[in-house]
Amino acid sequence: MTSLAHHLPALQVIVPMLSAPLVMLLKPSGLARAAATVASLFAFSIAIAMTIGVLDGNTYTYRMGSWPAPYGIELSVDHFSALLLLIITGASSFALLAGRRSVDADIDASRQPLFYTAWLLALAGLSGVPVAADAFNIFVFMEISSLASYVIIAGGSDRRALPAVFKYLIMGTIGATFYLIGIGLIYLMTGTLNLADMELRIHEVADQKPILVAAGFITIGLALKAAVFPLHVWLPNSYTYAPHAVTVFLAACATKVSLYLLLRFDFFVFQGNLAGHDVQFAYFLMPLAVLAILIASGVALFEQNVKRLLAYSSVAQIGYIMLGASFVTVAGLTASTVHFFNHALAKGALFLAVGCLATQCTGLRLSDLGGVAKRMPWTAAAFVAAGFSLIGIPGTTGFISKWYLITAALEQGSLGVALVAVLVISSLMALVYIWRVVEAIYFGEPTTDLSAVREAPLAMLAVTWTAVLANLYFGLVPEVPVTLASAAAETLLEHLP
Amino acid sequence: MSGSDLILLSLVLPLVGAVGIAAASRIGANARETVTLATAGALAWTVWKLVPELIQGGRPSLFLAEVLPGIDIAFSVEPLGMLFAALASSLWIVNSIYSIGYMRGNKEANQTRFYIFFAIALAAAIGIAFADNLFTLFLFYEILTLSTYPLVAHKGDAKTVRSARVYLGVLLTTSIGLLLPAIIWTYLVAGTGTFTPGGILEGKLTGPAVGLLLGLFVFGVGKAAVMPVHRWLPAAMVAPTPVSALLHAVAVVKAGVFTVTKVIVYIFGIDFLFAEPSSSWLVYVAAFTIIAASVVALRQQNLKRLLAYSTVAQLSYVVMATAILKPLAEVGAAVHMVAHAFGKITLFFAAGAIYTATKKTELHQLRGIGRRMPWTMTAFTIGALSMIGVPPTGGFVSKWYILAGAFEANNYVAIATIIVSTALNAAYFLPIIFMAWSFEKNAPPANEHGEAPFAVVLALMITAALTLMFFFFNGPVLELEGQLVKAGS
Repeated sequence: MTSLAHHLPALQVIVPMLSAPLVMLLKPSGLARAAATVASLFAFSIAIAMTIGVLDGNTYTYRMGSWPAPYGIELSVDHFSALLLLIITGASSFALLAGRRSVDADIDASRQPLFYTAWLLALAGLSGVPVAADAFNIFVFMEISSLASYVIIAGGSDRRALPAVFKYLIMGTIGATFYLIGIGLIYLMTGTLNLADMELRIHEVADQKPILVAAGFITIGLALKAAVFPLHVWLPNSYTYAPHAVTVFLAACATKVSLYLLLRFDFFVFQGNLAGHDVQFAYFLMPLAVLAILIASGVALFEQNVKRLLAYSSVAQIGYIMLGASFVTVAGLTASTVHFFNHALAKGALFLAVGCLATQCTGLRLSDLGGVAKRMPWTAAAFVAAGFSLIGIPGTTGFISKWYLITAALEQGSLGVALVAVLVISSLMALVYIWRVVEAIYFGEPTTDLSAVREAPLAMLAVTWTAVLANLYFGLVPEVPVTLASAAAETLLEHLP
Repeated sequence: MSGSDLILLSLVLPLVGAVGIAAASRIGANARETVTLATAGALAWTVWKLVPELIQGGRPSLFLAEVLPGIDIAFSVEPLGMLFAALASSLWIVNSIYSIGYMRGNKEANQTRFYIFFAIALAAAIGIAFADNLFTLFLFYEILTLSTYPLVAHKGDAKTVRSARVYLGVLLTTSIGLLLPAIIWTYLVAGTGTFTPGGILEGKLTGPAVGLLLGLFVFGVGKAAVMPVHRWLPAAMVAPTPVSALLHAVAVVKAGVFTVTKVIVYIFGIDFLFAEPSSSWLVYVAAFTIIAASVVALRQQNLKRLLAYSTVAQLSYVVMATAILKPLAEVGAAVHMVAHAFGKITLFFAAGAIYTATKKTELHQLRGIGRRMPWTMTAFTIGALSMIGVPPTGGFVSKWYILAGAFEANNYVAIATIIVSTALNAAYFLPIIFMAWSFEKNAPPANEHGEAPFAVVLALMITAALTLMFFFFNGPVLELEGQLVKAGS
């Protein structure tokens, strides 16, 4: 490794974090946006570079100030975290590239530098979680990302975002506090905060009860932040009333970071040390996953606002990820981790298309969108294609996830058959809720005069279609996400006894 | 050009055509339709170029990409797929001629979109025909469903959109809900999904599981329209008639029965399935579909809906023939795909010709129409006779082989079904023929009209001629499909 490559894990966080205050100083809002976009793209290229490195067999560990691991701050990047970093920085970059119209419409030019500052802090915090190797720094990054996300969600002109974000703030804080209580307990018992060190030392703890309590607090706390059903209530309104660009960014990655941490903590620290914990884990997650998939999809069926419809669909998709993980098998965890990537692509593309629609339409209820496909054929086609990915039509990324999930479920014997039925039913529900939108935009009766409606700006369309084509590309050539995901699954399982 | 180049070309040509159609539509309607016809011609030429190699026993193949470990996008040409591809691509030429007359004659809107999605649907049909494994087949199967949706929903009014919703709903529900799990199950137990002569499941799966997997496949392939997953086909009749003719009498529905046949011959293997009692239900379900759909057809007043239910019954002929699991019956299944295609496309062409010339769609309006549209009704008569299986039409040939296969297997259910359904076919087609040719003096015509546009009449005469010719010149098809059985046993 060259010397620069060695520093990549640190740069991943430092670049957006140090750009944030600089962006605040850039007064003309265009300049602030440009700087934020450049910083985000730079972070994206760092993530790509590390992904390539990880695929070549490198693992990145970085000691801050060269202090050795259990004492100093350690950063590390493996397959799983590389996958996450790719999603986070990619989502941020796509959202910023396409977000100009949405941000201009929602936020005063004078406040835009502050908005972009908060955006970069959110990016830094979210990227920090997969990079950090100790529980306390993870907590710090999580809090940075959360606080910054509250700001950018509420930053728009829609006042309904305020109660939504207040709910998010309360629940997010409870989640973070629970997590902090959990690591506090572990620290009391083991005297360490480094995850790898923790894994070794929990063995030596004579009384396992506090560890068990810690596991409970950490799991519930992270489940809250990850919008695991039924702790998802903060999510739909936050996504619905946030500025569209923010929705693209956060919908693609925010809950996934908490899910990542949930899996990582559970498999690295608890599974190997607590007797029978894998069974507890499965029994805890599987029913919740099934409920999330069925109920959230069911709500999406009747939702009238496209953004909230997609938000509920996200809750269901989080269920897919949990379901795969609850099998505690290589196939299941591969399905789960590959869906991190695939769902981010599909949902990101869908929200990008919604952002395009929002530039022209008066509202985002289905009735507001009647017949717009005639005036915005490219946007409509992008929505359809990204919708195919969400449904899981072959040739799209969604199909890859579905294939792995069904394979993993069928390995489970008779229980698996029932779970396949759940997966199939939810795919069909996805078909129905996506198709309600498709029918509205193609065949619906216009309720307002559409003569002024034009196709979305070319730059937005280009970004949206790049995301759509990525859905198709990684649906036909899924080598990169699948390699990362299966390696991540194996790493997770290595920590089992 | 080598075999693999030809396969690639046949997949790419319709897509290039679709782009060409979009580009040419800016010049004008004539340019657009020229591109359509040229694409159809080039595609048929490419597909037919593969025949000689196949007859000599070659199996041209093409590997495109490995999507997941062990799961490829790959193509290979075998007799059944060759037959389906040749059928679809050749009839596309005739259908394009017909489309030009029909779409212009009825002044349909969005004609460019119509031709573009037609071309994409053809690419998907070729992909299904040449697929080398279940995954590739499934990929193109779904593309076919999705690319035909805009064609079914063409009119865009509330009623059409509702019917199109049924169409898409049934086809995607069955494919995602049953076919996909069946495919993944197959990959899990057999470790592969490649179509292999003699099947891949022998020794991997036993007992009731075989029957269950077969059920997932048969009902998962909704396009084969085995009851109760047939509802999409009558719903699809809201589409413009060229779509009903080529897609819902040939490409889409034949893709369905083709998939069922291919799965039975190349995934299960007919000998394996014949020895497995849990698979015997398929004959009964197919027989039931044949009889029930024919009875429903008897009660239809709308000509296109009648033809749709007739198609449901005829498709189950193919499924039943396949399910007899004897070599002669498998040949009969393949032959019936061709015979029914020629006959049914003729009938739909005639129905569309009547609509174009007179806007008539109901049976009772057809009294005496043969005098005003003699060419159309002659073709209709030939098509109907082929459906009944009267010589000298193509329908007789396939019925002969299916019956022979049924006797070989001592399958009296199949024999009885064929006899009863022949009577039913006669019962719903003959009255139409008699009515159309009855020249009552005291029945003044409702409105003055003549024949349909020339392009329409030309197309339906070609397919009527094909229906007759297939009775006499079916040797090459039999020879080719004989390989299917040889390879399978």
